[in-house]
Amino acid sequence: MIALLKRDLRLALRAGGGFGLGLAFFLIVVVLVPFGVGPEREVLRPIAPGILWVGALLAALLSLDRIFALDFEDGSLALLATSPLPLEAAGLVKASAHWITTGLPLTLAAPFFGFLLLMQPEAYGYLLVSLLIGTPALSMIGTFGAALTVGLRRGGLLLSLLVLPLYVPTLIFGAEAVRRGAAGLDASGALILQAGITAGCFAILPFATAAVLRINLR
Amino acid sequence: MSMWEYANPRLFMSWTRSVLPWTFGLAGVCLVVGLVWGFFFTPDDFRQGSTVKIIYLHVPSALMAINAWIMMLVASLIWVVRRHHVSALAARAAAPVGVVMTLIALWTGAVWGQPMWGTWWAWDPRLTSFLILFLFYLGYIALWEAIEDPDTAADLTAILCIVGSIFAILSRYAVFFWNQGLHQGASLSLDAEKNVADVFYYPLLVCIAGFVLLFVALVLMRTRTEIRARRIKALQARGQHA
Amino acid sequence: MPDLGSYAAEVTAAYIGSIVLLLAIVGLSWRRYARVRAALDEVEKNG
Repeated sequence: MIALLKRDLRLALRAGGGFGLGLAFFLIVVVLVPFGVGPEREVLRPIAPGILWVGALLAALLSLDRIFALDFEDGSLALLATSPLPLEAAGLVKASAHWITTGLPLTLAAPFFGFLLLMQPEAYGYLLVSLLIGTPALSMIGTFGAALTVGLRRGGLLLSLLVLPLYVPTLIFGAEAVRRGAAGLDASGALILQAGITAGCFAILPFATAAVLRINLR
Repeated sequence: MSMWEYANPRLFMSWTRSVLPWTFGLAGVCLVVGLVWGFFFTPDDFRQGSTVKIIYLHVPSALMAINAWIMMLVASLIWVVRRHHVSALAARAAAPVGVVMTLIALWTGAVWGQPMWGTWWAWDPRLTSFLILFLFYLGYIALWEAIEDPDTAADLTAILCIVGSIFAILSRYAVFFWNQGLHQGASLSLDAEKNVADVFYYPLLVCIAGFVLLFVALVLMRTRTEIRARRIKALQARGQHA
Repeated sequence: MPDLGSYAAEVTAAYIGSIVLLLAIVGLSWRRYARVRAALDEVEKNG
């Protein structure tokens, strides 16, 4: 398991796309928003949590189709299926690798992008925590979606259509937690519910992912 | 003979052939009676005026939009557990019908909301849930269309439907958390305390029966289409090998 | 026509829109049904 994780991380680093691309995309989204809505503090401040969450979500979406595609093409996915490591664990590892290469950097970078959007100072902590809790769920759901579309030649667009509706609960609770934090309200309810969703995703989706992979490898 | 025998494709084709015209006829009768009754012969509500007549379309279509998804979920589960091909095809056949029901519910809701709430659209929990449901339908249909091999497609869409159902329920509660709504409570429930008045109630029941029957008829017809399409594929594949 | 008062446009729009959508799904399903049936007849006759 650890070896697979290390291998995936190494591959993502070497290909270069994983880390840089997602972050750059996130930055571009954040930079474009003020052009769209205007630079005033009163406009930017209330929408900053939502923009940051939506941006993180889209950035995470960007690299999803690479989770399984290469392994499927060169046959190492079939090899994984026959190895003693259960496919459920392989799915979990893939999701973790995706999170370490995209979710974690996004989380760490988000507060800096918050400056750009003139976010409420009280909200930074909540932003960090909610992204930290929420992005693993994004990776796990995305891994499931990637497994669904792995056999398809042009699965990219379909993948977004399948995965984005599944992101709704995570997004709602995440952005809500930050918004409440920014308004000085109690955000613990939203954070707890979000943690519940993430835990649920990790409890159920590795099995669904493995089932889907077995079907696609048939 | 167990009930599963009815799911044998050949038997399914034979019993649906005789049942299909009846369901369509009955659905048509119910819809015409219910809608004409509702449109021409019911009084206006004292607060909502004549817009109350939209209920005869809005409530049944919203009901069927959700029930269609539940039916797809049940059919997917049957496919996963018992591997009845008809079941998988029925789930596929139901999805576009569900999309149309969702669209009708959204459209009539928007048209009703404009004079009543003063807005076409509000990010109200119920409305938002329906929009999300619509997206789920689109993803489901797109996945069916994208996959070449029919059994793989049936398997993958079944799993998507099951996982999607979980997330649809989660989303529903999440949007309640996110925004309190404008939408009124349930118009109908079995423990009738707060239901709509009788004048509106009976035509509404007829309309609901009409929508249910129409849904059944459409799903049966579309399933027959899918079975035939499958057979064409199988015959052509055999022809190529020979 | 019944007297629909000031909301006549909304009510008729709702009814017409919904009926068009219903007819569309019925029509499309029917067309595909007939086509596939014809195609199957064709294949079975030749096969």
